[in-house]
Amino acid sequence: MNLDSQKALKEDRPIISPIFTTGRGYYIVTGLLLAVCLWALFAYIWQLRYGLSVTGLNRPVYWGIYITNFVFFIGVSHAGTLISAILRLTNAEWRRPITRMAEVITVLVLFFGVGNVLLDLGRPDRALYVIQHGNFTSPLLWDVTAISVYLTASLIYLYIPMIPDLAILRDVSNGWRKKIYRALAVGFTSTDKQRRRLERAIAIMAIMVIPIAISVHTVVSWVFAMTITPMWHSTIFGPYFVVGAIFSGIAALITAMVILRRVYHLEDYLRPIHFNNLGLLLLVMSLLWLYFTFAEYLTVWYGQKPYELPIFWAKVTGEYAPYFWTMFVTCFVIPFAILARKKTRTITGTLVASISVNIGMWLERFTIVVPSLSNPRLPVEMAQYSPTWVEWSLMAGFFAAFILLYMLFTKLFPIISIWEIREGREIGVSETVERLKTYLPGEIKEEGSA
Amino acid sequence: MSLWGMAIDVDRCTGCQACVIACKQENNVPFSTPEQADKGRHIAWIYIQTEIEGEFPDINIRFRPMLCQHCERPPCVVVCPTGATYKNDEGIVAQVYPRCIGCRYCANGCPYAVKTFNYDEPVWPERMKASMNEDVSVRYKGVIEKCTFCSHRLIHAREKAAVEGRELQEEDYQPACVETCPANAMVFGDLENPHSKVSQWNQDPRAEYLLEGLGTRPKVTYLKGGV
Repeated sequence: MNLDSQKALKEDRPIISPIFTTGRGYYIVTGLLLAVCLWALFAYIWQLRYGLSVTGLNRPVYWGIYITNFVFFIGVSHAGTLISAILRLTNAEWRRPITRMAEVITVLVLFFGVGNVLLDLGRPDRALYVIQHGNFTSPLLWDVTAISVYLTASLIYLYIPMIPDLAILRDVSNGWRKKIYRALAVGFTSTDKQRRRLERAIAIMAIMVIPIAISVHTVVSWVFAMTITPMWHSTIFGPYFVVGAIFSGIAALITAMVILRRVYHLEDYLRPIHFNNLGLLLLVMSLLWLYFTFAEYLTVWYGQKPYELPIFWAKVTGEYAPYFWTMFVTCFVIPFAILARKKTRTITGTLVASISVNIGMWLERFTIVVPSLSNPRLPVEMAQYSPTWVEWSLMAGFFAAFILLYMLFTKLFPIISIWEIREGREIGVSETVERLKTYLPGEIKEEGSA
Repeated sequence: MSLWGMAIDVDRCTGCQACVIACKQENNVPFSTPEQADKGRHIAWIYIQTEIEGEFPDINIRFRPMLCQHCERPPCVVVCPTGATYKNDEGIVAQVYPRCIGCRYCANGCPYAVKTFNYDEPVWPERMKASMNEDVSVRYKGVIEKCTFCSHRLIHAREKAAVEGRELQEEDYQPACVETCPANAMVFGDLENPHSKVSQWNQDPRAEYLLEGLGTRPKVTYLKGGV
C-alpha cells in the first residue's frame, strides 16, 4: 500500500467528503444538541448553587441515576477498543470500516462516564483529593486508576491507526486544517520503516487494550461488589459487568453505524454483512447476559438470605418490577427474537435490537444501583427515590454532548480508516486467499474451475 | 490507650428522645425542616428506632437509639477514596469534613445506615444559633457527617486531666447522649478496662451486637431481652 493521497480522494471520496462538506442538516442537529447541552449546563449550575438537594436522592438511596449513567457510559466504552482490538487480532477482514467509529465511541464516552461521577460529588471542587489524598483500599480509587489507564490507552489506540489517514488529509487539505493534520501526522510518509513501526505499535496496543478494558469494567463492578451491601456483594459482578459492557458496547456501535451509514452515505462501506456479523455478536452477548442474570438471581432466590430477599422481590414483583421486566424484555426477548432469525437480522433489525439493548442495559444498571440501596438491612425512615428534572436534564445533556462531540469528530477526521480499507483491497484479499489455502488439506482448485 | 465503647439497655429506654436533643445541641447538628424529613434527608447523629414485635394485641414496643456503631472493622472506612472517614487509635470512627468529597460511598457501605449527608446548606433557627457549641465544627452542604462519640469532649477531658496531673477517669469523658439519658439506659467507657461500666454491661447475657454476623465488630452493644 502506498500513500497516494490523490488516489484516496478519488477512491474513497465518501469517507473524505464529510470532512470537507457540511450540509444544513448537520448545523440544525448541532444547534438542537447545543440547546440541550446549554440546558444541562443551566441544570448543573442550579445543582452547584443548591447542592445535591435538587436531586431526588435521600437517605438511604445515596446513589441514583448519576451513578447509573456512570456505569452505563463506562460500559458503552467497551464498544470500541475491545471489539476493534479483538477483530484486529483475529484478522477479521470485515472489521476494516468499523474499527475507527468504534474506537471514537470509547474515547468520548469515557469522559462522560467520569463526568457523571463528578456530577454526583457533593464537593466537586475537591475531586482531586482522590489523587492528592488517595486511600488505596477504596474501589473508587481503583476506578480512577483503571479508567485513567484505559482512557490513555484508548486515546493512543485511536490515534496510532489514524496517522496514515492524517497524512493523507495533510496532503489534500489546506489552511488551518493542513496545519493541524501536519502536526498530528508526525511526518508520516508511508516508508517501509514507518509502516513496520506503525503496524507493530497497533498490534501491541491491540493486545494491551484488551486486559485494560476488561479490568476497567471489573473494577467498576467492584465499586458495588466490594461493599457488603446485599445484592451488590456478589462474586460474579466482575464478569457480569464486563459481559453487560460488551453487550451495550456492541449495541451502541451498531446504532452509530446505522446513523453514520445513512447520514454520510456510506452504504458501500457498511454493508448488510457487517450488521449481520455484529448482530450475531450481539445475539451471543444477549445469551451470555441472560445466563449471568439467571445465575445471579437464581442464587439469590435459592439462598433465601433475609437481607437479600426484600431486594430480590422489590425487583421481581415489587416497585422496581416494571424496570426489571422491561430490562428482561429489552435485553433478551426483543434482541433474541430479532437476531436469532436470519430474515430479521437486517440493518433495520439490528438497529431495533441495538436500541432495545441500550435501553435495557441502562435499566439493568439502574436496577442494580437503586433497589439495593432502598432496601437496607435495618429499618430506616424511607423516602422514595425519583429522579428530578435536574438529573434528567444532566443525563440528556450528557447524551447530547456525546453525540455532538462524535459529530464534531466526523468533521475533523475520517470516521472510516482510509488506509485500512485500501489495505484490504490491495493486500487483504490476496492475503486472505493465501491464508485460507493454508487451512485446507489437499490440492486447491484454481479460480473458475470450481 | 483506651478503646471507647457504649452499651445501651434497650429494655430501659423509654424513647424520650432526650439523647437526640442533647446530641443535636452538643454537635451543632443542623435543624431539619419537615420538608427535608419527608424527603428522607433529615440529619441526626442519633435517633430512636421504634421496633414493634408480635401481633396485635400481644405486641411489644421497643425503642432503640441508633447511632454510629464505631465498628472495629468499619466498612465505611475501607471504601472512602480520600481517607476522610477513618478509625483512630482509640477506636473512634471519625469524619474529616474538609477532606470529604461528598461521594457518599461510605454511606452506601455502612450496613447500619447511620451516615447522613448534607444535601442542603445547614440551617439553624435563631434561638439555636445562640447556643452553638464552639468545640464542634459546623458542617456544610455536600459532606457526610455522623456520630463521633463526642470526641471533642475527649480532647477536653484529656487536657483537663493533664493539667490536674492525673489519669483520665471514665467520668471525665462521657458523650452528651449518655450524660443526658434520664433512664440510665446508656453507659460509655473504656472497653479495655474490665471494671468499666460498659465492660460490665457487656457481660450481661442480654448483650448483643447489631448485625453481628457481618463481622464489623461494633463498639456499641445493645442489651435486649426483657419484656
